[in-house]
Amino acid sequence: MNYLKHIGKYFLMLRQVFRKPQKWSVFRELFFREVEDLGLKSLGIIMFISFFVGGVVAIQTAMNIDSPFIPKYLIGFATKRGIILEFAPTFMSIILAGKVGSYITSSMGTMRVTEQIDALEVMGINSLNYLVLPKILAALFFYPLLILLSMFLGIIGGYFAGVITDLFFSEDYIYGIQLDFDPYFIKYALTKTVVFAFVITTIPAYHGFYVKGGSLEVGRASTKAVVWTSIVIILLNYFLTQMILG
Amino acid sequence: MIEIENLYKEFDGVPVLKGISTTFEKGKTNMIIGQSGSGKTVLLKCLLGLHTPEKGIISFDGRIHTELGIKERRQLRQEIGMVFQGGALFDSLTIEENILFPLKMFANKPKSEMLDRVNIVLNRVNLENVNKKYPAELSGGMQKRVAIARAIVMNPKYLFCDEPNSGLDPRTATVIDNLIQEITKEYQIITIINSHDMNSVMEIGEKIVFLQNGVNAWEGSNEEIFKTENEAVVDFVYSSNLFKKVRETYLSKTK
Ligand SMILES: Nc1ncnc2c1ncn2[C@@H]1O[C@H](COP(=O)(O)OP(=O)(O)OP(=O)(O)O)[C@@H](O)[C@H]1O
Ligand SMILES: [Mg+2]
Repeated sequence: MNYLKHIGKYFLMLRQVFRKPQKWSVFRELFFREVEDLGLKSLGIIMFISFFVGGVVAIQTAMNIDSPFIPKYLIGFATKRGIILEFAPTFMSIILAGKVGSYITSSMGTMRVTEQIDALEVMGINSLNYLVLPKILAALFFYPLLILLSMFLGIIGGYFAGVITDLFFSEDYIYGIQLDFDPYFIKYALTKTVVFAFVITTIPAYHGFYVKGGSLEVGRASTKAVVWTSIVIILLNYFLTQMILG
Repeated sequence: MIEIENLYKEFDGVPVLKGISTTFEKGKTNMIIGQSGSGKTVLLKCLLGLHTPEKGIISFDGRIHTELGIKERRQLRQEIGMVFQGGALFDSLTIEENILFPLKMFANKPKSEMLDRVNIVLNRVNLENVNKKYPAELSGGMQKRVAIARAIVMNPKYLFCDEPNSGLDPRTATVIDNLIQEITKEYQIITIINSHDMNSVMEIGEKIVFLQNGVNAWEGSNEEIFKTENEAVVDFVYSSNLFKKVRETYLSKTK
């Protein structure tokens, strides 16, 4: 019952968010600020994780198909598939949920408890539209790029893993990653990314915007937001996979 | 004129305002006084539409709050300047950007003109060389003054201040009081100040509303507050020895 109430309130919130911005010049400024805060500032961690996770995926694959009957180029092929379909879009979105989600909830929650949101409202500003819409659009715009980069670095990471560990030949790997290239998979991955980007911005925004109390509650709300964002991403990932690929 | 009729507000079944009726006039510094927790902030937030009262009517120059749509309410809010109890400055923006903010949102003026306006209001609250600083880099009192500057930058018709001079030294407090009164007179706006600073009440309280147990237990001017026999008011206002003496002197002089 309580969950239903929250879900209803969440969708009512979205209705306030998706209004025409009151001033385009201000909106543009906010949009670019959010691209920086939510996107560019996550670039480093996403690059770092993608590279090493790609390496691990390649090593694990290589060790698991250690059979003379399976051609070695399948290592590159499987690594590529795994990274494009799951590791880049889903895994990285979970990382972003933790990093960006807690940032959104705590910054908006602090604005709530220090009456800054009230101050916006009193000025006649639609605070939800003002605070949340630029975040959503910045994420929708930037995260697909981020995930593409993550795919690329993951695959490169796999290559270096092979070179360093000598588990497979780099020629085989390169042949494998070029094999059976299907743009449909990229499209599938980016569709997921866009949905996740929406979740990563709106669920933490909901938790931050409706905080009651003080700094303690802001901290609690951040934790909750990250947990719920991750759960929703995992569930949506399941349903989207069934819907699109199934 | 702002008119309140039979305003009732509760939180989770606990009433805070239990039927308040009063009026606030143009060009006057109206003050709401009362103990901590008596509902001063709640009353202001009802006026601002941040709280929705369960019962009662609030009218801003004939505009009744329950009859306003979302757009009209936003329009009305743009005519209100508000100084929050904690300042509520945007801490991700510099002082200049804070004050510029409502101008940027709602005034279609060239940037240089807007910046001039920012400097004018900063001057009025006696602040210099703070333009590029962030709120966290200012003292509490300075933040309060910035909040006042931001509240008046749009030339509001209504100015609400929630304890504008708590945490200020007596001298700055007086400057702020006089400033608020000057602005009220100059632009003929409706000003409502929440306060428990008796000094300001005596200085600028042209109409004083005393809140107690959820109702306006007493109303009058700062002249009348000297003479009143209302026990609750006397108890509250003259709980400090200093003001007790001031009152005695005043009463003996006028006799
Ligand atoms: N959002 C809220 N939810 C629940 N109760 C509230 C809320 N806001 C205020 N109250 C309650 O309403 C009462 C009046 O609070 P209010 O903040 O108006 O007091 P005040 O007169 O402004 O006091 P102070 O001088 O300390 O600022 C308090 O008992 C408070 O607990
Ligand atoms: Mg208060």
